[in-house]
Amino acid sequence: MRSFDFHQSGEIGDAAGALGREAAIIAGGTNLLDLMKIQVMTPERLVDITRLDGLSAIEADGENLRIGALVTNTHLAGDSRIRAGWPLLSRAILAGASAQIRNKATTGGNLLQRTRCPYFYDTSQACNKRAPGTGCAAQGGAGRMLALFGTSPDCLAAHPSDMATALTALQASVEIRAASGEIRTVPMHEFYRGPGDSPDIETVLAPDDIVTAVLLPAPRAGTKQTYRKVRDRASYAFALVSVAAIVKVEDGRIAEASLAYGSIAPHPWMNHAVEEMLVGQAPSDDLFARAGEALTAAPAPHPDTEYKRPLLRRTLIAALREATGLSESAHGVDTARIPA
Amino acid sequence: MKDFTMDEAQPRLLDQTGMGIIGKPLPRRDGKLKVSGTAPYAADTPHPARMAHGVLVRATIPRGRVAGFDRAGIADIDGVIEIVTDARLSRNPTQGMAGEATVQPGDEVHYHGQPIALVVAETFEAARDAAQRLTVRYETTDPGGVSPDKPKDTEIADPETAGDFDAAWGAAEVKVDLEFTTPSHVSAAMEPHAALAEWDGDRVTLKGSQQMLRFNRNELADSLGIDPSKVRILSPYIGGGFGSKLGIGPEAVAACVAAEKLGRPVRVVMPRQTVFDSVLRRSETRQRVRFGATRDGRITAISHDDTVSNLDGESFAEPTTQASQFLYGADGLSFTQTVARISATPAGSVRAPGEAVGMLAFEAALDELADKLGMDPVDLRLKNLPEKNPMTGQPYSARRLADCLTEGAAAFGWADRGAPGSRREGDWLIGMGVASAARSNMLVKSASRVRLHGAHAVVETDMTDIGTGSYTILGQIAAEMLGLPVDAVEVRLGDTDLPGASGSGGSFGASSAGSSTFLAAKEIRERIAEKLGCAADDLTLNDGIARGGNIEKPLAELVDTEIVAEASIEGGKTAESHFSAGFGAHFAEVAVNEWTGEVRVRRMLGVMAMGRILNEKTARSQAIGGMVWGLGSALTEDMQMDRRDGHVVTRDLANYHVASHLDVPSDMVVTFLEERDDMANPIQSKGIGELGISGAGAAIFNAIAHATGARLHDYPATPDKVIAALEARG
Repeated sequence: MRSFDFHQSGEIGDAAGALGREAAIIAGGTNLLDLMKIQVMTPERLVDITRLDGLSAIEADGENLRIGALVTNTHLAGDSRIRAGWPLLSRAILAGASAQIRNKATTGGNLLQRTRCPYFYDTSQACNKRAPGTGCAAQGGAGRMLALFGTSPDCLAAHPSDMATALTALQASVEIRAASGEIRTVPMHEFYRGPGDSPDIETVLAPDDIVTAVLLPAPRAGTKQTYRKVRDRASYAFALVSVAAIVKVEDGRIAEASLAYGSIAPHPWMNHAVEEMLVGQAPSDDLFARAGEALTAAPAPHPDTEYKRPLLRRTLIAALREATGLSESAHGVDTARIPA
Repeated sequence: MKDFTMDEAQPRLLDQTGMGIIGKPLPRRDGKLKVSGTAPYAADTPHPARMAHGVLVRATIPRGRVAGFDRAGIADIDGVIEIVTDARLSRNPTQGMAGEATVQPGDEVHYHGQPIALVVAETFEAARDAAQRLTVRYETTDPGGVSPDKPKDTEIADPETAGDFDAAWGAAEVKVDLEFTTPSHVSAAMEPHAALAEWDGDRVTLKGSQQMLRFNRNELADSLGIDPSKVRILSPYIGGGFGSKLGIGPEAVAACVAAEKLGRPVRVVMPRQTVFDSVLRRSETRQRVRFGATRDGRITAISHDDTVSNLDGESFAEPTTQASQFLYGADGLSFTQTVARISATPAGSVRAPGEAVGMLAFEAALDELADKLGMDPVDLRLKNLPEKNPMTGQPYSARRLADCLTEGAAAFGWADRGAPGSRREGDWLIGMGVASAARSNMLVKSASRVRLHGAHAVVETDMTDIGTGSYTILGQIAAEMLGLPVDAVEVRLGDTDLPGASGSGGSFGASSAGSSTFLAAKEIRERIAEKLGCAADDLTLNDGIARGGNIEKPLAELVDTEIVAEASIEGGKTAESHFSAGFGAHFAEVAVNEWTGEVRVRRMLGVMAMGRILNEKTARSQAIGGMVWGLGSALTEDMQMDRRDGHVVTRDLANYHVASHLDVPSDMVVTFLEERDDMANPIQSKGIGELGISGAGAAIFNAIAHATGARLHDYPATPDKVIAALEARG
């Protein structure tokens, strides 16, 4: 770890003033401190926002919820309103990390966690995300955890967050405070940017922006929510692929579907053509197989992620079967129905 | 010193002493210290005055030489003392029981990840920062091959054979000829490697995390170019080893060299990534297994050929076919090993070297033979147990493999398992698998000293307790032999000033150091008998009272001056006349998700016969720990290396997946069958920990096949491979 200045703020304007290109916000620090120890991230200044007021509560706004950026993963996953109305979110969070990490990790920090690409983590390797312009050692390297969609020649890394995948399917948005004090909200699907030729820039945030909250729209009545995460072991591993599914079946047909996919792209992935194929149709294995084919039609950018195409296809089928009642929920699988 | 050689079966004295302490499931003596964080591990011992901190610098090229260091980039770091390079620094840990230094490469780089220097600073943070930022200038050379599929050289050993394999194979009515792969594994002990070195004149004391002190002292002395008498190593507590701490490591040599150069104590702790980079890994394997049989299921031909890898200069080669050579009989057997030489992190012993991965292939291939024969896999195994070791002709010293298979099958409900692919619960396919367990048993030279004064005894040996229970069982052996409560026996371990034991490795520690402790205590019994004026055979020692020849005296009175006895044991004629191994049977039930290919182990049963059980609790923990390793090798563990430069890609515990708690079923049962191995040693015990892993992963693999009707050949069975097999099956 390199030496750094530590700036603890009691007021958000002061925190914003201390931010800049060489600074990093620290809240839970569950990812940042690991990366600093191995010098993958070397901020000159850490701005501690954990003492800021007003960022640690989950507040109702009519039927919507406002989740403060400092709400811990444990707090959020356990909140009774979340469990009743947005169980997908609760279950996605609980599918990630460990209890100890979730106790520290925050909502804002979870959104901003970095990729788990091993070449990003190893400072002896070229990585455009860590050291812009050095190249991408993952090209031609060991790439099992890399992305399937949305990559660029400069970066093949995947975003690992379960929570962000659930928030994307839930059509949440991110509340951001600019240095000027202006507040704006950005939908989840516009919050992240693709790697392009600058994979080091991962979101629409300016260096002195602060994520203040995540806004959850009212739950969709009559939907069933499923989070299906497939990983290399039963617990405490990043997803190979994950599917967040919110589906409403009415009169034997799919009336609504909102889907998001995790660990297969530089950010939570959406593909509205899949939803369009589903809506208006009666649930069937044949329909889901065609949806899976449509979702995974594009070739893999790295030979080691070729397996993610059949795995994602099959996981989507499994999630849709559960969300539409074609199959019983399996043990340990995260499905819940929102009352109509 | 009483020297004993195991030349013939010994009386079962531990069945006669009558204290009831041997075998008792006593909790570990060191348990409270460990769970309360107060056991002083090497890096946790109180820091001596003026101690400096060292962090190893890793090479980032696969082959070449270090031309120099550019310090400009670290000039701003306060407290950096020196960048230590030295001709004595070692390239990697020594192999287990080497007893001498390993390759000392000077300024040469032989693999990506090799320690090439030690940055020493006033604080750990400064040393780590400097080690990471230091710019190294290299002259690179062609590594010649960094990946086992493109080695720079291969060495093919002469086949080991019995009978005529080619003839038997040619004539076989039913055959399977299969290729399997297993990936590289890492020990992943919880405690990273650590060393604290301090010189006093020409003598050095190392507080380290080491498994085999008697060997480690010679390895360190040879590395430093000094006499072993000038080296003392202390390893009272070790946070797991699994083979990775068998030899003296680069951290220990570097700490000693730096401490000497700087004239102050130096501590070196390996960050987790360094453990992955430079500690001996288990080689990946490519294995071809052939079974030939008659139509009624008699195996006639067995062949098991393997390719493993290692860095040049390393003598170790994963002994993949070890158990394949003694489990089943055939008219012809043949085993050939190929070693691929690569410039990459070197390979060495990781828990149950050989069996741990060899049985993954061998026992899965045997199931495919059972499929082809239409035979129950348990019956096929039972039908082919040989009278004698098929390669050496030795009789087995004690082998209850048939009982393990039949009793295990009954307890597990094997008969109800149904046809492959016939059980389903929702989207989950349910299956059962079996595999034999076998692990060759060893007796390694070992010495112990026992002191008795009044009704208080002390056991002293340089044996280590790497989390296995050595403190506890050695105390039990002495207490049983001397008729004392276990609390009246103190156990001192992990210090090279004490008599040299076997050390912990190869599952031989408990039996070897246990036997020398037994013999020293036996010697004390003889002296007590003398004092009492009775024959040793007539002596009974119970609850602190000595009785014999109608005399009865409390030890507190009888032993008014300390009795000291030291004994050593080594293997002898019984190792030639008989073949000793632990045997068992593993059963597993799995659920496989037919969509996602996730595998969940629902229950496991290990039935094992491993000689006398010294402590039923620590033995069970060892067996379960081994089975969890087996589960990891079947489902999750996969150390990946980059094909271009050989560097380790999975360098932390987020990317290298040991089994998590949720992977391990709560229904995990271990049953020990009563056994005495009279040919193994005077306490009739055998090794335990590694038997737990040997075969366990194959039982899970076979259960996946039974659940799905699809066979896999590449370990581990991660979802990508399972769905590929499901899609190939159709």
